[in-house]
Amino acid sequence: MIVELGHFALILAFMVAIFQMVVPLIGAHQNRPGWMAVAEPAATTQFLLTAFSFVALTYAFVTSDFSLNLVVANSHTAKPMIYKISGVWGNHEGSLLLWVLILTLFGACAAWFGQNLPPTLKARVLAVQSSVSVAFFAFILFTSNPFTRLAVPPFDGQDLNPLLQDPGLAFHPPFLYLGYVGLSMAFSFAVAALIEGRVDAAWGRWVRPWTLAAWVFLTIGIGLGSWWAYYELGWGGFWFWDPVENASFMPWLISVALLHSAIVVEKREALKSWTILLAILAFGFSLIGTFIVRSGVLTSVHAFANDPERGVYILAILALFMGGSLLLFAFRAGSMEAKGIFSTVSRESGLVLNNLLLAVSTFVVFIGTIWPLIAEMFFDRTLSVGPPFFDAAFTPFVFAAAVALPIGAMLPWKRAGLARPVRALLPALILALACGLLAWAMYTGKTVLAPIGVGLSVWLIAGAAVDIWSRTGRGGLGQRLGRLTRLPRADWGKSIAHSGVGITMFGVVTLTGYQMEDIRVAQIGAPYEVGAYEIELLGVDENVRGPNYFTTMATVAVREAETGRLIAEVRPERRIYPVARMPTTEAGINNGFTRDVYVTLGDPQGAGGWAVRTWIKPFANWIWGGTIIMAIGGIFSLSDRRYRVAAGAGKSRDTQPEAVPAE
Amino acid sequence: MTRIAAILLALTLALPAAAVQPDEVLPDPVLEERARDISGGLRCIVCRNESIDESNAELARDLRLLVRERLVAGDTDAQVVSYVVNRYGEYVLLRPPMTGSTIALWLAAPVLLLLGLGLSVAYVRRRSRAEAPTEAALSDEEAERLKEILRG
Repeated sequence: MIVELGHFALILAFMVAIFQMVVPLIGAHQNRPGWMAVAEPAATTQFLLTAFSFVALTYAFVTSDFSLNLVVANSHTAKPMIYKISGVWGNHEGSLLLWVLILTLFGACAAWFGQNLPPTLKARVLAVQSSVSVAFFAFILFTSNPFTRLAVPPFDGQDLNPLLQDPGLAFHPPFLYLGYVGLSMAFSFAVAALIEGRVDAAWGRWVRPWTLAAWVFLTIGIGLGSWWAYYELGWGGFWFWDPVENASFMPWLISVALLHSAIVVEKREALKSWTILLAILAFGFSLIGTFIVRSGVLTSVHAFANDPERGVYILAILALFMGGSLLLFAFRAGSMEAKGIFSTVSRESGLVLNNLLLAVSTFVVFIGTIWPLIAEMFFDRTLSVGPPFFDAAFTPFVFAAAVALPIGAMLPWKRAGLARPVRALLPALILALACGLLAWAMYTGKTVLAPIGVGLSVWLIAGAAVDIWSRTGRGGLGQRLGRLTRLPRADWGKSIAHSGVGITMFGVVTLTGYQMEDIRVAQIGAPYEVGAYEIELLGVDENVRGPNYFTTMATVAVREAETGRLIAEVRPERRIYPVARMPTTEAGINNGFTRDVYVTLGDPQGAGGWAVRTWIKPFANWIWGGTIIMAIGGIFSLSDRRYRVAAGAGKSRDTQPEAVPAE
Repeated sequence: MTRIAAILLALTLALPAAAVQPDEVLPDPVLEERARDISGGLRCIVCRNESIDESNAELARDLRLLVRERLVAGDTDAQVVSYVVNRYGEYVLLRPPMTGSTIALWLAAPVLLLLGLGLSVAYVRRRSRAEAPTEAALSDEEAERLKEILRG
């Protein structure tokens, strides 16, 4: 019964979405306040109905209702509760339902918190947002209905893909979707502004918090995914340039560009049409990401989501929305005249450089991701584009951006000289060079990339510190410290996020450049040294029972090689999930601030002993630490007073009726 | 009964073999290092997006052994790679070679960067030369609204 109600609620939500797409748009066009005003309750209703539908599906999973096809295919009674819940979105249909749930949530938020938006803009934003929901409701109801019943329910389910039965991955999709779908707000604002024919500072101010929130979620989502890959896939890689990873990385890069260009729109009323274009593209890349994941057109480790037929549908959605909005852009972009004037050396030009590097690097990721497809279709070549390509083609952009970032961040608006920021940054520069040289001296490898990377990441971190310190002006130490605490949150957010970039970069370059690896047959009770550590296989328990798996678990002691002091006992495992018929590996990791000791268990050997691989991974946790810090920076910016009071700036436009009519 | 069946099933399922096995490692560390480098750039053709160095597949192990065999036989790195490419096609190369149509892939980013740089410079120069904007006067409604706000 509850399942049927959920299904029904979903259909109702679809109807409401169609209504919300059409009526407010006409209302805004013909200036009928009543027609515009319905958008608000419609958005709320749409969200509530979708939420009910989602709760109904979750209920079916939690109670293991095996009359539901989806539950049979993705759940099992023996599965721990948390994975019964995460199983709701660990599959195609459920994850799409989560997708629209978040979409309608954002729409509803725009309705709830957008009281200060001019009514025509608000009506248009909600209508455009709803047009996206219409497309996805139709997609779910017509091709991927999660509420399909089985005529003959089986006694038990087929279990969720064991790789997904993990806390890191349980919450990876919701965050990623919050990010993807959050960018739909920027898209809706952009299209609404194109229809209005007006982009001004206030528009930049409205669109920025949405983009910022979406970016924070994307950052956390990508971080979770990368962290999961690190401890779950068994050799401690954290980024594979897999098509599906790239699918989340492209919207991330574009949203970073969008965040920064929206600042220029807000503060200086320049880069308007470019910002609109970025907002459209950011959501476009989210749709491309959804397409890549859901269609499986580019094979990857995320194949659990494969389904080519549905891919065609998403491709049609993508073509419709991107084609439509870009066409609108082509007609209307010309009318966005820029106002702000700035000289060649200024914050504005710095942000133009930022956008250039980010846009081109997004393009690198994009073309590398789809090139195998292009090569096959047009040149009849079957080839791979793997990590070596991306490393070679992407790294220069990261390095270039890292060199420019601290300087650009300190340039004043309008007109600036390079001399002042460079003088202020001199200590940071010296520190960075010293660290780079130190890293170079310690480096025994082939390339100089790692030392350069270390230097640049120190440059970023120290540069962010100098930036925030320089905001405190002149005076005594105490005075400046006092001012530091009273700086706007946005200033803090900026420096925190920028330092996060440096910290992640530091983790990445030290891990790739300086990690140590050991592969051997370890005998039980025979210690051996790896770097500064002594590793000893203490024992192996075979066929231990977990809730829904069997495991072979080793106990490995990690000691300091010099003193013999025990640091930790880690337990690498190899699990078998009998229902899903899948093996997984669980690494044994001793986390540390300066290094991880990472142990995996291999096969038992014929002549006794076990294959054991040990890695010493320097500063591994800095990669995800930096990601979290970036997200915290975003949250700081988001909580800035400006956004809470800013809304008033829009008031003055409230009564302006003769907006440019839509075509 | 089902429990016994589950245990039996668990035992018959192949456990994953962790990528490079101890018995594959060459005694000569220099050769081994080269082998690791080469296999990091070769795709495991039955896997989804993994190099043979990372993969647990049987075929990847065969290829890893093949690479080491060729190295021990005295091949240069390039010879080993072309030996594998001759057998499996250029699909195994994770770094696409810069030949024919693939040149477009490699040149796409630098060309776009130059183009973008040109456009950006043009834009910045235009902005720096543009005339100061004449502040648009408030429309009647806006003036009205402003008055209202100031009163209120």
